Amino acid sequence: MRRVMELYGTQGWLTLGGAALLFMVIIPLLNLALPPEHVFHVPDHIVALMGKIMCYAIVALAMDLIWGYTGILSLGHGLFFALGGYAMGMYLMRAIGREGMYGSDLPDFMVFLDWKELPWYWLGSDHFGFALLLVILAPGLLALVFGYFAFRSRVKGVYFAIITQALTFAFMLLFFRNETGFGGNNGFTDFKRILGFPLANPSTKVALFITTAFTLLAVLLLCRFIVCSKLGRVLTAIRDAESRLMFSGYDPLHYKLFVWTLSAVLCGIAGALYVPQVGIINPSEMSPANSIEIAVWVALGGRGSLAGAILGAGLVNGAKSWLTVAFPDIWLYFLGLLFILTTLFIPKGVIGLIGQLRGRPK
Amino acid sequence: MNAAAAPEESAIRRPVPDGQAWRDTILYLDGVSVSFDGFKALNNLSLVIEEGELRCVIGPNGAGKTTMMDVITGKTRPDQGEVFFDGETDLTKLTEPEIAHAGIGRKFQRPTVFENHTVFENLELALKTDKSVWHSLFARLSSEQYGRIAETLALINLTGQAHKRAGLLSHGQKQWLEIGMLLMQQPKLLLVDEPVAGMTEEETERTGELLQGLAGAHSIVVVEHDMKFVSRIAHKVTVLHEGRVLAEGPMEKVQNDERVIEVYLGR
Ligand SMILES: Nc1ncnc2c1ncn2[C@@H]1O[C@H](COP(=O)(O)OP(=O)(O)O)[C@@H](O)[C@H]1O
Ligand SMILES: [Mg+2]
Repeated sequence: MRRVMELYGTQGWLTLGGAALLFMVIIPLLNLALPPEHVFHVPDHIVALMGKIMCYAIVALAMDLIWGYTGILSLGHGLFFALGGYAMGMYLMRAIGREGMYGSDLPDFMVFLDWKELPWYWLGSDHFGFALLLVILAPGLLALVFGYFAFRSRVKGVYFAIITQALTFAFMLLFFRNETGFGGNNGFTDFKRILGFPLANPSTKVALFITTAFTLLAVLLLCRFIVCSKLGRVLTAIRDAESRLMFSGYDPLHYKLFVWTLSAVLCGIAGALYVPQVGIINPSEMSPANSIEIAVWVALGGRGSLAGAILGAGLVNGAKSWLTVAFPDIWLYFLGLLFILTTLFIPKGVIGLIGQLRGRPK
Repeated sequence: MNAAAAPEESAIRRPVPDGQAWRDTILYLDGVSVSFDGFKALNNLSLVIEEGELRCVIGPNGAGKTTMMDVITGKTRPDQGEVFFDGETDLTKLTEPEIAHAGIGRKFQRPTVFENHTVFENLELALKTDKSVWHSLFARLSSEQYGRIAETLALINLTGQAHKRAGLLSHGQKQWLEIGMLLMQQPKLLLVDEPVAGMTEEETERTGELLQGLAGAHSIVVVEHDMKFVSRIAHKVTVLHEGRVLAEGPMEKVQNDERVIEVYLGR
């Protein structure tokens, strides 16, 4: 407990406490308790957007652990996010029950494919607890196995990044196929309820929002605990001088596997929170560009800073939600430009810039 | 010296020159060869280091000195030959971290420290302890460990810089920090590649004293170009040339060896 208290100074804890109060109490109240015409009412679409961005912030933290701190650039984190989302989506599909278009026990897309029974890998998916387990196991096991072979062969840098791109691309193609049994290119949608609560209800939405905020806080504290521990110092040592570390008696393979798998699991959790809030999951979440975007959030916010990662996810996605509506054609160019400018002019990201402006040597 | 062994003899390990059994040595290399794309960086190299010895290895650029260290520390696997540590540990079968745990510390030719960590944290990371992931997650320094870090800081003259980022140290200070990191591992054998490169005269002198002070309690192999430095600290010198031992013995003897003068000193 003492070590947890030491994670932040007084100011840090006050900021965190304030943010927690804002996102877990004030915004939910302003959304639910005030009538829509009230000036302080927080509209539903804003709550939905912030909920989504908080999921992305969890992904950004996961990315920062592996890239910012350990120096391993993954361009496949969108895959782990999607796998967590699909695991939750399977439960949500089963929770529809017979209210689907075809009134069948099977999910609609299976009826459409003329399947008569659930494939074996759907067994148990009607239990929420099992879904949660799958949210962790699916990305976790994939990352563990993939990481073991990649890190054992000492694949590094650009090569590693490219393989992760290939991995997410391969999974996208796999999930596009109807026969894979995950709804093909339409994925899962038309969810009705979660744990018996209708997803269309404002209170369910706000409950999901609060859960997401709470999870983000927990993930932030976990990441902070890790980077403040000796383990965190070993991770940055891997990034800065791996051979020195090996000759000091550390096996980088174990450390990389640990942080890589943890990072994937965190993405999976984020995906599981995301799907019930946005109401859809499909293979486009696994597109290579999605994973690249995650790296851009962290680069922009500030690699090697947890606050930076969250800030980056917020800034880029805030801008995205506005730009894709206002100027849908230029969004991708804007993202690319942003990435180039950040890399060239603010290698330490926005958080580094803020630190400089405040005159703190960082 | 022991190149042509009869087959039945090779089953039993050959005795080392002084008639002492190979098991009593801290480091034993026999017939080690390494080639890179057909080029023999090490060519049937044999070398024996006694416990507590301070040995200097000299030789022209490209003689294979760094490659020899790579073989001992598990970075490069030899194509042929035996590498035994402390009598019975077969180093060709171990990974780099395992070799470090067995008791071999290595300083790189280019000083390599964790530049974004403080001097103190560099020593903390090197500290001999359980180096598993789980242990690192919850590790806290004991007062005894603090004491050891403080001692080492004093020894390498960096007490005042303990909380400075290692990247901000001078070149010579980085060399010392790296030596300090080796000491934190409490190794039996230290391999030190060009420790005084880029050091001032005064720093060089202090480094010499430091290494001499460590010999005895540790066995040390120093690779060095600086002949003045070598003649000051060395008891016994090994000259490498084209991947094999050209001459070995006290500095005066080696310095007057004609072949050595030809390939190295006389250049
Ligand atoms: N990884 C490698 N690949 C190819 N050649 C190498 C490699 N490492 C060393 N060499 C070659 O082996 C020879 C011995 O190198 P090295 O051990 O670094 O010499 P020294 O340290 O004595 O100067 C040199 O000719 C060098 O070019
Ligand atoms: Mg060398």
